[in-house]
Amino acid sequence: MSVAALEVNRVMKTFMVDDSPINAVDDVSFKVSAGEFVALVGPSGSGKTTMLSILAALLQPSSGQVLIDGQDLSKMSEKERVRLRREKIGFTFQSNNLIPYLTARENVEFMLRLNGRSGRVERMRTDELLARLGLADRLHNLPAQMSGGQQQRVAIARALIHNPTLVLADEPTASLDTERAFQVVETFANLIHENQRAGIIVTHDLRMCRYVDRVLQMRDGCLVRVYEGKEEINELMGAGAH
Amino acid sequence: MGLATYLALKEIWRNRGRFLSVALVIALITLLVLFIAALGEGLGTNNRQYVANLDAQLILFLDKSDYIISTSRLDQSALKAVRRIDGVADAGPISTSSTTILLGDGKVLKVSMLGVESGRPGLPPLVEGRPFRTQLAREVVIDRNVALRSNIKVGDKITIRSTQGIADEFFTLQVVGLTEGQAYFFAPTIFVPPSTWERVRPKSAAEANKTIPDINVVAIKLEDPSQAEVMGGILGNTISNVQVANIETAINNIPGYSAQQGTVQTQGVFTLLIGVLVIGGFFQIQILQKVPQIGVLKAIGSSNGMVGAAAVIQIMVVTAIGVGLGGLFTYIFSLFFPPTIPLVFNGTASALAIIALLLIGPLGGMASVIYAVRIEPLKALRLS
Repeated sequence: MSVAALEVNRVMKTFMVDDSPINAVDDVSFKVSAGEFVALVGPSGSGKTTMLSILAALLQPSSGQVLIDGQDLSKMSEKERVRLRREKIGFTFQSNNLIPYLTARENVEFMLRLNGRSGRVERMRTDELLARLGLADRLHNLPAQMSGGQQQRVAIARALIHNPTLVLADEPTASLDTERAFQVVETFANLIHENQRAGIIVTHDLRMCRYVDRVLQMRDGCLVRVYEGKEEINELMGAGAH
Repeated sequence: MGLATYLALKEIWRNRGRFLSVALVIALITLLVLFIAALGEGLGTNNRQYVANLDAQLILFLDKSDYIISTSRLDQSALKAVRRIDGVADAGPISTSSTTILLGDGKVLKVSMLGVESGRPGLPPLVEGRPFRTQLAREVVIDRNVALRSNIKVGDKITIRSTQGIADEFFTLQVVGLTEGQAYFFAPTIFVPPSTWERVRPKSAAEANKTIPDINVVAIKLEDPSQAEVMGGILGNTISNVQVANIETAINNIPGYSAQQGTVQTQGVFTLLIGVLVIGGFFQIQILQKVPQIGVLKAIGSSNGMVGAAAVIQIMVVTAIGVGLGGLFTYIFSLFFPPTIPLVFNGTASALAIIALLLIGPLGGMASVIYAVRIEPLKALRLS
């Protein structure tokens, strides 16, 4: 039985809209183990982005518990949360992912520098990871000199290079064509599995679920269903296709 | 700090065209500020230099002359009375006027002509030649600035044109000495003995036969300069109808001096303010363009301190480059300015201007740094 890298217990997030409380995340609980790749899906406004922000330690839940590597986010100060994001979380975003004035290699290395690690060994690891992602000839390119897919792959490398416990991806394929999108998510999934990280991808594109181990479906802030196993996931993808 | 510097320098280097253009704007502001400072110093120097360099601690004025040298009139008895007072090491008369040196080919040089006694406070130290032989000698000591503008040398004879009554008269004087740094009332200076001064100075028909020279003020050298305040009181009480001032008061009361310095300083301050606005505006726009990028930095674990430090370092580096370039431009330009333009690059004034310029960067960019620190990653990344 694998250890839960992420544990979410009865998390709620309530926003006040026109003096009325709205539960953006409503009593959600789940666990993600190391080496497990999970998709968080749901229609727009279902609460998945709010959930992702809570998992990324960017937003405090109104109640409930989020444990990353056993550390309770709700008990942390802002400074501790910044440190947790730096050390335990890898993050890729929908767009504006990379620092525009750093090359591909520098963008990835930056995560290591942020954690006080830089040197020849780290550089070799960076280059190897970028090569693994098919970017060996793009090490010295600035983001503006790369395609959207290449930029996403650099972002994936940056999210993984410092061996985080949890890797989060917010709609990483939103700006990519279908072929590139499949490539990116497949590579992401492979790296999550190989490196034994807990990975969560938020996506509206159910076709991307073919690479995940589990799908958490949200609606109106609630976790309405969990799809496990190839059969159930294929069923979900089939339903999505129709 | 290391990572902040790394980010700041990488961004500057990768966007060097953009940052260089801002540095050039700062360089131009620096050029302007340094020139204004030098002009202020030059104008001030031209106005006060002779008085500031006097070998004296006190100056005796006519009572109620408001410490204005040109409006003060003393007679010879006041000079004699000063010399008799204990504690006075020496005293020399100073008579002021202006005149015109004819340079040939229709060219003229307008100068301040000061009547002073040889070997007394009032005649500055000579760098070449000798002082006047007698108080009646038709001899003149010229300031180096006169020599530079006219090519007159020690040993030459100069012709002075002076209006006597309603007619112009011409006087020939032998140049016997050269002094340095003695501008007075915006003009280079020549020094003549008191009787010669009385003879050659421009005067009205009523004064035409006057032989005893008027004295504007008396420069007083004390045996103990630290007793200037006490001696000022003694002199004021002992000699009737006079007032005594130290050198600083005398300088500040030179007509127009304070107003002129105030004007130049105001120009300098406004130029610095423009600098603050320009730099502030640039960095504010830049931060606004970088909001998503700063959001990413914070989301992946960069602290507010690091983001703020990177912004401050960037501002300081760009400002330092701009000020450095501006200093270089100023130096190059100054090489091509003729001596007639009163620019004086005084070390203290320039250093103060450079410190002020280095401060305008962080000052102007402060709002943008605060903005950068306050950026919330959730909003920046549109996750909220």
